[in-house]
Amino acid sequence: MRKKVAYYGIFAALSILMGYVEAIIPVPLPVPGIKLGLSNVIVLLALYVMGTKEAFYISIIRVFISALLFRGFLGFWYSMAGAFLSYIVMVLAMKSDKMSTIGVSVLGGIFHNLGQIAVAIIILGRTVVVYLVPVLMVSGVATGFAIGVVASYCTKYLQNRI
Amino acid sequence: MKRWDVVVVLVALAVAGGLYFSGLLRADTPGGVAVVYVNGVEKARLSLLQDTEYRVETEHGYNIVVVKDGKAEIIDADCPDKICVNHKPISFRKESITCLPHKVVVEIEGGNENSVDAVVQ
Ligand SMILES: [Zn+2]
Repeated sequence: MRKKVAYYGIFAALSILMGYVEAIIPVPLPVPGIKLGLSNVIVLLALYVMGTKEAFYISIIRVFISALLFRGFLGFWYSMAGAFLSYIVMVLAMKSDKMSTIGVSVLGGIFHNLGQIAVAIIILGRTVVVYLVPVLMVSGVATGFAIGVVASYCTKYLQNRI
Repeated sequence: MKRWDVVVVLVALAVAGGLYFSGLLRADTPGGVAVVYVNGVEKARLSLLQDTEYRVETEHGYNIVVVKDGKAEIIDADCPDKICVNHKPISFRKESITCLPHKVVVEIEGGNENSVDAVVQ
């Protein structure tokens, strides 16, 4: 992988683009700042075609830049917690070698949302938002599944080229 | 798809379903009440059966909560984003209005569940 820097750039740019798409999709929940987690698709791709370290950097870059561009300070904490938790879980799931991209992505989606709800609980100081946990788990499964299907097609294509 | 993919999806849905239907996460108080929290601390309980106005003072600014016709809403606030003011009135159990800049939450406890929202959410 000689053109590493270029790939970092492309992946980071794509994930920021996904961040923008997310920012304009309203999530019908009473907690402003919570997002779907579509940019996970880029982190997932980076995990498979670049490596764990590279995916981590791309994830961090994505969180900082999309916070600056679209989400602001509170959005940053939601985004950070979601990205960090889902990254760890996806790496563990991938290393376990028990499941395909889809299973890894579904776990990533679930923990992305659990990370966000954890921050919401800290910020709002009480269990006001705890009842959202099942809703966010199901939405994490759905988003994760969709992302996993997309990523499994993309990795097949990309692995021979990067 | 591998076997573990299916296991992950099924376990996640089962846990979510279990949490949802067990009622473990539900705040259960009889009678519809709009509870006002500032920074997580309960400040007032306003019955939805009685029209009232309640002014919340926080270290960041004020919010004015009004109960009218069985619904609660924030009609005015000096927060920068006005998300809370623009939020539609709430009346069903578990609905809430959040003012993040002021760390104010108005949540409905008890009362009726919005069966449509409960499914659509
Ligand atoms: Zn407000």
